[in-house]
Amino acid sequence: MTHNMTAAAQTPALALDAVTCTFVAHNKRVPGYTAIGDVTLSVAPGEFVSVVGPTGCGKSTLLNIAAGLLVPSRGNVRVFGAALQGLNHRAGYMFQSDALMPWRTALANVTAGLEFRGVAGAEARRQGEAWLERVGLSGFGDRYPHQLSGGMRKRIALAQTLALDPDIILMDEPFSALDVQTRQLMENELLQLWAAKRKAVLFITHDLDEAIALSDRVVVFSAGPSARPLGAFDIDLPRPRDVAEVRVHPQFIELHRAIWDVLRDEVLKGYAQQARRT
Amino acid sequence: MWRALRPSTKNLVLWQLMVLLLVFGVWHVLTTPGLIPPFLFENDRQAAFFFGEPLKVLGRIWAWFFTSRDIYGHLIVTLVETVLAFVIGTAGGLAVGLWLALSPVAAAILDPYIKALNSMPRVILAPIFAVWFGLGVASKVALGFTLVFFIVFFNVYQGVREVSPTVLANARMLGASQRQLLRHVYLPSATSWVFSSLHTSVGLAFVGAVVGEYLGSARGVGYLILQAEGTFDINTVMAGILVLTAFALVLDWVVGQAERRLMKWQPTTGETERI
Repeated sequence: MTHNMTAAAQTPALALDAVTCTFVAHNKRVPGYTAIGDVTLSVAPGEFVSVVGPTGCGKSTLLNIAAGLLVPSRGNVRVFGAALQGLNHRAGYMFQSDALMPWRTALANVTAGLEFRGVAGAEARRQGEAWLERVGLSGFGDRYPHQLSGGMRKRIALAQTLALDPDIILMDEPFSALDVQTRQLMENELLQLWAAKRKAVLFITHDLDEAIALSDRVVVFSAGPSARPLGAFDIDLPRPRDVAEVRVHPQFIELHRAIWDVLRDEVLKGYAQQARRT
Repeated sequence: MWRALRPSTKNLVLWQLMVLLLVFGVWHVLTTPGLIPPFLFENDRQAAFFFGEPLKVLGRIWAWFFTSRDIYGHLIVTLVETVLAFVIGTAGGLAVGLWLALSPVAAAILDPYIKALNSMPRVILAPIFAVWFGLGVASKVALGFTLVFFIVFFNVYQGVREVSPTVLANARMLGASQRQLLRHVYLPSATSWVFSSLHTSVGLAFVGAVVGEYLGSARGVGYLILQAEGTFDINTVMAGILVLTAFALVLDWVVGQAERRLMKWQPTTGETERI
């Protein structure tokens, strides 16, 4: 795709260069656990990159490093060309588990980031209402998270992350807890919102279908420990896409087979390792 | 008839009142001289002497509040001591709890001393406080403070440490500064722990005030009880205890109301909404 070609020439929005992350073991006699080893990965501005891999392959570690929540043991992270110091303030992070503040209403959760950044109350509320409408939840602003369904909470989390208009969006299996129908709705919504703003997205998932349907590029990770990218596949399916329809596209099936060939062995390896550990 | 009376959530108050009546009834029957033959004591006046008589106790309370009206001064002193100890102790526990939970090094250094102070029987301090702060309100507040402080402190400390790491990371990614994290994440997260401790600590604030008065004072309900004990006036002692209990319940109710207001974000089990 021409879009990718021009993007590649630019400074990447997010670049991980030979990043290794080893967790210190509590017991001094066992060596630390290396979650990811020697990972080089970059996301161009406006590019949608998905990372797929077997369970426990350090995908969340990868995102935490990109977000600046974790400091890599080796290697460095660059954000729009500048070395990352502390938190990545140009990134929004959508977590896998519930991260909404339960003591804030839906609206107050959406506007939390704006409030932290000193946006005036009325203006923040106006933007918050607009975001609630965009994710289809206008009228639910005064509910507390526990009064909303799982899908609604994910929408609120999406609005909360996007309300700050981050240049990089990090997503950690954001829809994995949802049922299939809600999930497809959310995926389409995400694609629409992304198409409007064209931000760099690093999307982590274990669902290959989801990865192919959403992304410009899919990166396959090996099983942990010391997980690393095994291969990258450009997804040149036409956009705009509908995640349900694109699944029957002949090219989709072709890509799915090619990626699954790489992924299958790693998934089996991952399972074998987990079985041994437990 | 029985359907209306059968214990259920609707006539809860009725049944609670009936339990109260039953207790008073049994008390009355067992202590009133001459009503039933004495089975524990040698003569039928002794039960009344040791346990008081409910009618006289209630009469005493009635006189305090409505005829002689001489309890208000004492009651206000006791309530002021209680509320001051409660408020200062809670504020102190909250502040120190937040501070130590957020600076692990200070917490590690102070850990043995906090444990020591907490396990010390603090009622022993009452005479020392009387020497330091005099026989007025201050020494009772100091005693109540030592009781309330540790309960709130330990709960805040625990509450802050149990903040969900994901919620915390999310707030940081949304750009919260340290101050904002404190105000918008740590404090609200700790409040549920604090409120569960406040019910205990409001009772302990009362204990601090009354024990303080009991050990040396010139005013307060504890002082009244002490005076009555000096003359073996068991009815007045019982009346004082009942008044204190009633006001402890009132304070507990106030805390409960505040809790309901501030904690409305918490799910109650099986809550449904009629739209």
